[in-house]
Amino acid sequence: MTLHPMISALRRHKAGVVLIALQIALTLAIVCNAVFIIGQRIERVNRPTGLDENNLFLISQQWVGAPSGDDPASVDKLDSLQQADLAALRALPDVASVTPINSLPLLNSSWNGSVSLQPGKDLRAGNARTTFYFSDEQVLSTLGLHLVAGRAFTAADVQHQAMRDQREPSIVILTKALADKLFPKGDALGKVVYFNGDPAPTTIIGLVERMQVPAVGSWTSSFTWYATLAPTRLNANFSRYAIRAKPGRLDAAMHAVTPTLYATNRMRVLDDDSIKSFAQIRADAYRADVGMAILMGVVCLILLAVTAAGIVGLTSFWVGQRHRQIGVRRALGARKIDILHYFQIENLVIASVGAVIGLLLAIGLNLLLMHRFEMDRLPVAYVLAGIVAVLALGQGAVFVPARRASNVPPVVATRAA
Amino acid sequence: MFAYYLDLALRSLKQNRVLTALMVLAMGLGIGASMTTLTVFHLLSGDPLPGRSGQLFYPQVDPTPTAAPALPGNMNYIDAVNLWQARRADRQAIMVGGNVKTKAAQAGSRPMSLHTLATTADFFPMFGVRFTQGNAWTAADDLAKARVAVISRSASDRLFHGEGGLGQSIRLGQWNFRVIGVIDDWRPTPHFYELDRESYGDGDEVFIPFLTSRDLAELGITGYSLNCYGNTMDDLHLENQPCLWLNFWVELDSPAKAQAYRQFLDNYAREQQALGRYVQAGSPRTALPSVMQWLDQNGVVPSDVSLKSWIALGFLLVCLMNTTGLLLVKFLRRTTEISVRRALGASRQQIFLQCLVEAVIVGMAGGVLGLLLALAGLWGIRHTPADYADLAHLDLPMFAATFAISLVVSLVAGLLPAWRACHIAPALQLKVI
Repeated sequence: MTLHPMISALRRHKAGVVLIALQIALTLAIVCNAVFIIGQRIERVNRPTGLDENNLFLISQQWVGAPSGDDPASVDKLDSLQQADLAALRALPDVASVTPINSLPLLNSSWNGSVSLQPGKDLRAGNARTTFYFSDEQVLSTLGLHLVAGRAFTAADVQHQAMRDQREPSIVILTKALADKLFPKGDALGKVVYFNGDPAPTTIIGLVERMQVPAVGSWTSSFTWYATLAPTRLNANFSRYAIRAKPGRLDAAMHAVTPTLYATNRMRVLDDDSIKSFAQIRADAYRADVGMAILMGVVCLILLAVTAAGIVGLTSFWVGQRHRQIGVRRALGARKIDILHYFQIENLVIASVGAVIGLLLAIGLNLLLMHRFEMDRLPVAYVLAGIVAVLALGQGAVFVPARRASNVPPVVATRAA
Repeated sequence: MFAYYLDLALRSLKQNRVLTALMVLAMGLGIGASMTTLTVFHLLSGDPLPGRSGQLFYPQVDPTPTAAPALPGNMNYIDAVNLWQARRADRQAIMVGGNVKTKAAQAGSRPMSLHTLATTADFFPMFGVRFTQGNAWTAADDLAKARVAVISRSASDRLFHGEGGLGQSIRLGQWNFRVIGVIDDWRPTPHFYELDRESYGDGDEVFIPFLTSRDLAELGITGYSLNCYGNTMDDLHLENQPCLWLNFWVELDSPAKAQAYRQFLDNYAREQQALGRYVQAGSPRTALPSVMQWLDQNGVVPSDVSLKSWIALGFLLVCLMNTTGLLLVKFLRRTTEISVRRALGASRQQIFLQCLVEAVIVGMAGGVLGLLLALAGLWGIRHTPADYADLAHLDLPMFAATFAISLVVSLVAGLLPAWRACHIAPALQLKVI
């Protein structure tokens, strides 16, 4: 079949052809970018935090009437309250291990600072930004972090200090990512670093494979994997405990902690939000991303449906309009399949033109989004997949009207239009 | 004549129900999606204090040693107090917030954590805050570090169970404050004067004099974002620390005064350079954005929201093209009918109008469907955890805008098909009949 008659036929329907082609182009541009956004959000949501997230939960609680000062007596009193809680929680039958900690990955509450290779460098001039996790000797086992070099904290390493106390820890465990950033040769273990412009040195005693910072906002993108673990119990009038339940005993452990804590000390505030499983923390942190992905998905589906409906509508009209010509072609010997192919190829031609325009639009839209919304460059694979999708969509949509056209009997040619 | 067109249009629409339903559905989806996102965008990018925001400005100076590309978003204590005491603007106020454990002073009442704002006397008249009972404190109270408080109506309901609370005492941390005023609940959207908390969060609930809050530093009212540019010794007593943590707003009633204030800020910065407090060399960096400029500068509208608006507009465009295509089909199918009308004396203009009426009917039906979809969409947004979720309601202007958009979209969609329809040559078609 030659394309020439088809093209001259299309010339007589310029408006319709242009409309379908543009619609396909715009659909392609939007769908490519939307699917790309979905992919990025899913990738973000699925990245591992470095923790063993099963059987893990967190308690955030406050003491009522606890001392608020920074004097040694107040700090010791707060620490004894915390130690009492830890002992009670560790004695529970469903609990595998417990660690006090100031925050967890994905929990939008963080303590950030800088780390430098020289003493006294002020905050901005540090070599890297980092987030601090203050915890004790059970932190690795409780969170399920993998130690890849050096040693873990021991009970003798653990200090305690007031929340507002500015002293830096004398030893730390870093994430491998942070250690590699500071010591690109990979010899971080045993080296000395300085935190937050402090003149006192801190020794690196261990490296963990991976641990995410608490916040998930885009402002943390420069230091997402740069975490520092310090062997310090922070003393304030509130505390957080990360708890690993024994396998399969998460619910039981979560139910057991409230009465246990109240039995230890009545004077505290514990409410519905105080006890959260890590799965809940993860869901809360990424709810907006998941929502965006679902919304984009719905938009894509509706858009494709609307475009398909448009193609069906216009093609049906053309079939109706050319009813008589189809009869003539059939009377002159064209087979049903020829008529079917005619409409299918016609649609392919229009959709291809639309796809080419759509390709340019998709790249343009991506550039606009990159400029305005910190998007990444759209990979070519997405555009190619999009082109295949809109061509398939066009073929799917054209099939029903084209089949109807192929069923026009040759006898129509003999009748008046 | 119009009634006749209406009748014709309705008949024609009834004739091909599937096509009509398709058009209405496409229009409805496009309008529903764009109205949902545009309503959110409109709410989030709105003017927090209509009529007043043009006279409010946020002075910016830069005491930091390294010149970051953007001027600091907060002030340190010394600059804020200097500018406040200079009193060069019509009104000026320092403000800084924090969550403070608060309870009614009588024994046995329940403590709660309330958003507390430490500010100065001009805050209330400058932002036009309405009192339901009592008054604001005075400039003299500021300097006397008086232990007085103004509370919001919802805070008074929670603390005093609906009995107002004027003249009573509330306990912030371990100190008693006398309630001297109750304000109507006040929630400027965005929460422009303190963006470090949620941009769209609830209003503040307790207001106390700024200098009093410094006197009682253990209250811990040090803002929601403490940004230090040097080494600090103490993060409660921030008066002499190299930290940016305060907000400072001024009211300047005329452009001339705003110009004069810019000059004053420049001179102030030069003076500080001369005193050696500002260590950056060169001409001083200052700025005086207005409320809307300040919001814009801070990129207050969440980027996901504007991204969704763009996507929804693209979606509307596709629906518009779709409707155009389907209308074209519809009108050209009726060439015979149109030819007969033309032959019987209808002018081109009349055919054109008739077609447009039909397009507008489709548009209006799509608008109604879109409105319902937008209401459903906004209901969905109210059930998301975003801090602006509870604001997502369709207000009157957006309600009107829905129909304006449907009208415009349907007219645009109908234009080309109607044009084509009215140029059908009657003779050619009649011969075929």
